[in-house]
Amino acid sequence: MIQTKTIVQELVKKHGNNRESLIPVLQGIVEKNNYITDEDIIEIANTLDISAGEIYGTTSFYTFLDTEKRGKYVIRVCKSIIAVMKGKAEIIKTIENILNIKVGETTPDNKFSLLEANDIGWSDKEPSMLINEKVYTELTPEKTTEIIESYLRD
Amino acid sequence: MSEKIKKVDNIFSKDCNCKDILAKTLKKDKDSFIQELIDSGLKGRGGAGFPTGLKWKFAKMAEGDEKFVICNADEGEPGTFKDRVILQEVPQKVLGGMALCGHIIGAKKGFIYLRGEYAWMKQDLQKAIDEMHDAFKTMKLDFFIDIRMGSGAYVCGEETALIESMEGKRGEPRNKPPFPASIGFRGKPTVVNNVETLVYTLMIAHIGAPEFKSLGTADSAGSKVFSISGDTPIPGVYELELGMKLSDFVEEFGDGDTKAVQVGGASGFCVPRRKFNDTVIGFEGIPTGGSMMLFNSHRSMYNVLHNYLDFFVEESCGQCTPCRVGCQQLLKGIEAVKSKERDSSYLNELIKLSETMHTASKCGLGQSVANSFNSIVEEFTEEIMY
Amino acid sequence: MTKMINLKINDIPVTVEEGATILDAAKKANFKVPTLCNHSDLCVAGNCRVCVVEQVGARNLQASCAVPAAEGMEILTSSAKVRRARKNIIELLLSEHRTDCTKCYKNGKCELQDLATEYAVGDNIYIDLVPFNDYSVDLSSPSIMKDDSKCIRCQRCVRTCAEMQQVAAIAVANKGSEQKISTFFDKPMANVVCTNCGQCIIRCPTGALVERNSIDEVFDAIYDPDKHVVVQTAPAVRIALGEDLDFEPGERVTGKLVTSLKLLGFDSVLDTDFTADLTIMEEGTELLTRLKKALVDGDKDVALPMTTSCSPGWIKFIEHKFPQLLSNVSTCKSPQQMFGALAKTYYAQKRNIDPSKIVSVSIMPCTAKKYEANRPEMRDSGYKDVDYVLTTRELARMIKQAGIDFKSLEDNNYDSIMGVSTGAAVIFGATGGVMEAAIRTAYEIVTGKEVPFKNLNITPVRGMEGVKEASVKIEGCVEDWKFLEGVELKVAIAHGLVNANNVLQAVKNGKADYHFIEIMACPGGCLGGGGQPIPTSLEIRNKRTAAIYEEDMNMPFRKSHENPEIKLIYEDFLGEPLGHKSHELLHTHYTEREAY
Repeated sequence: MIQTKTIVQELVKKHGNNRESLIPVLQGIVEKNNYITDEDIIEIANTLDISAGEIYGTTSFYTFLDTEKRGKYVIRVCKSIIAVMKGKAEIIKTIENILNIKVGETTPDNKFSLLEANDIGWSDKEPSMLINEKVYTELTPEKTTEIIESYLRD
Repeated sequence: MSEKIKKVDNIFSKDCNCKDILAKTLKKDKDSFIQELIDSGLKGRGGAGFPTGLKWKFAKMAEGDEKFVICNADEGEPGTFKDRVILQEVPQKVLGGMALCGHIIGAKKGFIYLRGEYAWMKQDLQKAIDEMHDAFKTMKLDFFIDIRMGSGAYVCGEETALIESMEGKRGEPRNKPPFPASIGFRGKPTVVNNVETLVYTLMIAHIGAPEFKSLGTADSAGSKVFSISGDTPIPGVYELELGMKLSDFVEEFGDGDTKAVQVGGASGFCVPRRKFNDTVIGFEGIPTGGSMMLFNSHRSMYNVLHNYLDFFVEESCGQCTPCRVGCQQLLKGIEAVKSKERDSSYLNELIKLSETMHTASKCGLGQSVANSFNSIVEEFTEEIMY
Repeated sequence: MTKMINLKINDIPVTVEEGATILDAAKKANFKVPTLCNHSDLCVAGNCRVCVVEQVGARNLQASCAVPAAEGMEILTSSAKVRRARKNIIELLLSEHRTDCTKCYKNGKCELQDLATEYAVGDNIYIDLVPFNDYSVDLSSPSIMKDDSKCIRCQRCVRTCAEMQQVAAIAVANKGSEQKISTFFDKPMANVVCTNCGQCIIRCPTGALVERNSIDEVFDAIYDPDKHVVVQTAPAVRIALGEDLDFEPGERVTGKLVTSLKLLGFDSVLDTDFTADLTIMEEGTELLTRLKKALVDGDKDVALPMTTSCSPGWIKFIEHKFPQLLSNVSTCKSPQQMFGALAKTYYAQKRNIDPSKIVSVSIMPCTAKKYEANRPEMRDSGYKDVDYVLTTRELARMIKQAGIDFKSLEDNNYDSIMGVSTGAAVIFGATGGVMEAAIRTAYEIVTGKEVPFKNLNITPVRGMEGVKEASVKIEGCVEDWKFLEGVELKVAIAHGLVNANNVLQAVKNGKADYHFIEIMACPGGCLGGGGQPIPTSLEIRNKRTAAIYEEDMNMPFRKSHENPEIKLIYEDFLGEPLGHKSHELLHTHYTEREAY
């Protein structure tokens, strides 16, 4: 994990020292550390002069701005009705079996978090999932296993 | 392809140079182009269907030392993915539409609000922007485009919620009026247009209003890009003439066993087989932001509705009572009826509730939950009950 | 000229100024439209939707609080469509609200309950959503109780905390069904930047935010034969208590207040106004001393401007937000705490009572006073200086519980000692009052003459402007204060923490050349305090203000240094202002706190 102060200051430098840059700064933290800590928010609050409570309120509005501890790879399996129709449940089961965690959990080594997401925009190619920012579509249990294993090797 | 469904090749056609179209249009009179847009009958393609020409006109007339163009690429409606394909395939056209809008209304700055789920395309999109910026320079057009990312909140597709989000706040829809065309981003006049809408404005500049209008119907001029998914052998993105009959659509895209089509995503309407013949896709019938989900006989419409309501319960911004509490009540309500904790007559109460949500919610999200709820509950009552 | 808008409300033509809402127009046509999230002190939210009305020709209903009246509108405030939706919305709110009304502290004083009654919402048809959430009551704060199961998400509290107080200790968190009013990382109220000002409480329509009450403890003490219970009443209580006991806002009930306290069984009914006068002596001397150090001794470490310290909400605010300016705050304890420290020392000695048997109770317009009384440093008497703090509202409830017919009470005077006060003390309850009292005394000490204002009314420091500035040129100084000759004493007054924040920013940036700043956490000063009767509005605060200045005009003494009991306490006990004993009992220190 990169030092809170440094990363916040760098992000503020890049995005600007005003309210509008709040979300880009928070996104930058997630990009680097996968989730946002109380220390991050305090540092942002001091820098942007916004109340920490309000930043927390804003952060918690956005699904991708996680304030819960997340692994290095955040897997989000699409749970739209189309995904369900095309076999989402099996994909979840496959990942749960490989990683030995349930939806909502993070592996003990902090490498993976498994989550579900609302429609991620691939109804033509469900089931689909995001691993961090990368997208995987037309998943089968076999294909999913391969993908997860490639991350395991990483 | 059946003759009844007309495929169109406007949006994705590569046989036009959008930089040339833009350069040519920049030389035209601004007001007459707005008039052309109005004449074309183009309505917003995101779902709400506000006449685009009017939106531009209001923003042009509005006073402001600064104005903005925002491309709404927060495509979050379940079953929609056409903007993804447009942004991948023809980003220059989107950017050209933005620049055109900027030129017309007097904005020098444009933003693409790209949903967080599409972060993977950010680099390519930025490349297209950089290229376009060079073209703007050549045209001596003072316009600059930036990408702002969403972070997983469906309601940010609502234009004022999107603006709030861009201002660094919770994406909660504003009270309207005022509309963004007069008071928008940073309190300045702002046009927020859907990705597809922007492309059509450029295409209208290219082909002219009459040709655009030659397709479609009186209320639904032109063509539209559809996202087709579910029980279809050929899911994908198709540009089709507006005003088609749903039966023709199903004939083309269904596999012969289609029980229902959800037109317009979770916030749209569910049309059962017996109404396919009488249903027109367009503003005079059932409008859609493009999402068309086909369901075959064996699909449980209870599960479909439950999935939608789950989605709304999570994605309501939560600020207004009818939407925040109403969505939860609808979800818990159908569960209670299913489990026999409540009598089936409770469904009538829920329908009344959804009507209140429709008339009294603050924004389109809460207002449109009734669409899918009522159509599914009324058309598939038995599936909800048993 | 303002543009006028013509519209019809339920067929009745109305004309309103451009910018007025449909709600304003309805009011003008004498139609009440119910509201919940709307509050005259706050920006428009338009989120509860209770105020929806029908606009003829429009598909959707309009939130009348948020939609501007437009030319030619035809509005129906109670059509079938409106009534159906409004009733549904009330039912929805009730379904997410823990409706254990008879057990609720706000029973009978709840705006949601009133609406439910008005719309005859009987058995709620909807599913009770409360059991699906794991709500817990936050009792961490000594001042404020937060019960999310009663919350209807109107966000009045959030807007209050952000707009009026610039604290934003509470904010809206999460979205959808999970949306709630919360704190930084959902921490307990006691562990965040909350100043305990209670402004959220007086704007909460339900029982989600209420004061922590000490009514039973105080009754127990009164009925404990071993205890000698003394009570002090803050200046702003006497001009507002009546509102909870069938009087109109702005009616002074000082004499009845005293009588009711005696009837309740307090052993001695005393006055915080006495220690308000004492504060003037101590704080005035402190200011003059600081000025002398700065102007004569050239001491660069003297912190100027000096700010007042009577408002505990303000103190906690600066401890969190501007800890680098803590040395600017007067070291004087608040009048409540001065009183507490003296009750168990000076008063105990004079009355020959064992201080361990004294229970010291205060009646305050304030919830932050509860926190203040619990500060560990507030035990200089050797005991907890103030044992229980009751708000004006809690006192009204005690009076009702005791079956006292308040309206028909005779007037009575405060007991002595520590019961005599001046008009200068009573105006502590209004914004600008401490400043005015201080100037009345300090000017006279320095020049030997009365302040050059008609009837001693220093009007430039009065009124509801957020930040007021004034200056007094000091001329004709007596020998001891010659160094102040010709000095233009510059002062500022801020009320409401948003204004305090602005002044403090200026001080921090070296852009303010004031000598003395009065700051009150609450809008209007203590009379608009978080412990005062509900509702509150600018109109009500203005009426209370008028009452306070009336009270001042009617006092026999109007300058703190003329209070005979003040003279007595310095002669008999304290020695001199800022003397050894004062330092021990009447002055305090502050603590730097986290910024969240």
